[in-house]
Amino acid sequence: MPHESHPSIAGLRRRLARITGEAELRGQSAGRLASGHADFDAALGGGLATGRLHEFFAADALDATSAAAFAALLALRTPGATPLVWLRTADTARRGGHIYAPGIAELGGDPDRLLLIEPPDPKLLLACANDAIRCAGSAAVIVESWGRWPALDLTAGRRLALGARDAATTLLMLRLGAAPSPSVAETRWSVAAAPSRALDANAPGAPAFDLELLRRRGGAARGRWQMEWHHDEQAFGDPALSGAILPVAARRAALPHGAAAA
Amino acid sequence: MPLADARARVPELLVVQHDPVADAAWLDRLALGCNRYTPLVAIDAPDGLILDITGTGHLLGGEAELIDDVERRLSRLGMNVRTALGPTADAARALAHYQTRPAPDEDQAVRRLPVAALELEPEATTALVRAGLKTIGDLASRPMANIAARFGAGAANALRRILGDAPSPLDPRIAPPPVATERRFAEPLGSTAHATRVLAELVDEAMVELGERGKGGRHFRATFFRSDGLARSIAIETGHPTRDTKLVMRLFAERMDGLADPLDPGFGFDMIRLAVPRLETLGATQLKLEGGAVRSAAMNELVDRMTTRLGRGRVRRLLAADTHIPEQAQLALPAIDAQQSWPPPEPWQAPDPGEPPTRPFHLFDPPQPIEVIAEVPDGPPHQFRWRRQAHAVRRYEGPERIAAEWWRRRDNAGLTRDYYRVEDAQGRRFWLFRHGLYEEKERPRWYIHGVFA
Repeated sequence: MPHESHPSIAGLRRRLARITGEAELRGQSAGRLASGHADFDAALGGGLATGRLHEFFAADALDATSAAAFAALLALRTPGATPLVWLRTADTARRGGHIYAPGIAELGGDPDRLLLIEPPDPKLLLACANDAIRCAGSAAVIVESWGRWPALDLTAGRRLALGARDAATTLLMLRLGAAPSPSVAETRWSVAAAPSRALDANAPGAPAFDLELLRRRGGAARGRWQMEWHHDEQAFGDPALSGAILPVAARRAALPHGAAAA
Repeated sequence: MPLADARARVPELLVVQHDPVADAAWLDRLALGCNRYTPLVAIDAPDGLILDITGTGHLLGGEAELIDDVERRLSRLGMNVRTALGPTADAARALAHYQTRPAPDEDQAVRRLPVAALELEPEATTALVRAGLKTIGDLASRPMANIAARFGAGAANALRRILGDAPSPLDPRIAPPPVATERRFAEPLGSTAHATRVLAELVDEAMVELGERGKGGRHFRATFFRSDGLARSIAIETGHPTRDTKLVMRLFAERMDGLADPLDPGFGFDMIRLAVPRLETLGATQLKLEGGAVRSAAMNELVDRMTTRLGRGRVRRLLAADTHIPEQAQLALPAIDAQQSWPPPEPWQAPDPGEPPTRPFHLFDPPQPIEVIAEVPDGPPHQFRWRRQAHAVRRYEGPERIAAEWWRRRDNAGLTRDYYRVEDAQGRRFWLFRHGLYEEKERPRWYIHGVFA
């Protein structure tokens, strides 16, 4: 009877689950980093799971800022003054620019919560990330890397994921200028900038993001969302719901130059 | 004699360039090694060390034994040493440099020194010798007012200092710490692991003393003295005062693991000293029920560890600065310092309700040059090329005119910048500026200063 062999296989599965921590992963109801965007949160069961590893890829090298800002805003939405630990290698500032606190403040985030750690090379970045996730009391840990990161293989990724789970630290990996590769991430995202809804005089509007869910552990795989950040409500929203989109081309043709300065 | 002549006479002559920087560094290492005798060691550039051994001579059995020990250790390192003891730093220095004849006591020895020991200008020394004053003793027998009138106040001051009538203060290389503990070993320790265990005991002792004073340490320095006379100093810092031995030892371990050249016992360490140069008041702590104190303590420890591993400048917090020049509007300060600050930092600019951000998320410093096509010269950009990629501007806002800070500079230099917030066809938002108005500059250049979310 095939049924008889099941207990032993089930037992083995349980043992395996205990070793890899898979059981807690499924059973434990982790907290959620909600975005405020109704569809997005509903699709993910309330938001990104805390205490897990999430990967954000920039769709293009030029979308690096959008990916970084999305991860940072998601983490800074959490109430309180718990610090946001941001690790980036020292050469990232040359490629993607310095993190600019006045810009974060204008997005409604609190730059005083930022703790910047800048290791000199990717190897130390991994070592420091391992230490930072084991430190309880952070809102999230953002690890920003550019290009391929050979030190981050499956073993290293697994160690990061387990460390984050044990300390209940949310780990947001920003992989900029890199192609998605197999990993143990809970969710994997591709972030791109989206055209904003124009304001009066054809001025660029609120930050808009185009998110694509590439992978989700044990869940529906794909999904795509357009999001807009509203700093007054400290929440992401749906650009389609927040008002009529202005007929851009017509307005632009009608406007004389310099009118935007008014 | 020119070098060529010297080489002709001695063909196997070894020529080494004089390297004053390396000499100074070596003298610095010797000074650290001499800290074993006294905490007050001053460097007398370019080739001298002055040790204040007041009250420390008996530790080695007396002044003569101390001098023997100094000479033995330094000559083992290949140094030619001249030592002298004196009642003041200047007297000891003059004796070490100029003493030629033995004397029954220190006072006599100083009086027998030539007037060159005053180290005045060459003309002044010649004038003294011409006047028949060949030794310090000769000079000291004259009234001080006459010396000052005839040879200048400098001569009188130098004489007073060398005779001990005027103070000759030392400028110690390392200021003596408020708390220090040390351990000497009859038999040198050969292993770093053993030395670390001893260091942990020393930290424990220092913590007890700190606890009695109601203080915590912010800065700890361990000095490992090797039996060959050299020493190695390892320092750590914490962001908050601490009396936690485990934390301090973890930071020491972190620093020792990260050393480019590891701690080398050589022939063994014969003394280890722990100094706590910086203290701050630290009351007894009470744990908060909700665990807030424990959690923020964990973050503080992370800051300390990362700072120890990577260096102060690599673990930073951002503070607002009161200026409208964008690249100066934030200060990135070491997190280990930025934790308590007074006056409180500038507040951040709050966002305008309903308006998109006017400052970018990422800022390029320095700004990166771009090529811009504008429809009219001082109009907004129509298209721009950045990093070999063309971007067509679909939406823009601007200009936001930011002038140079003319009140800071006397010559009123600096160009006005016209900033534009632009969005390209793919929806990426950039912060561009034209550096200079057309009346200020012939052909103003364009730069990209940041990228918006």
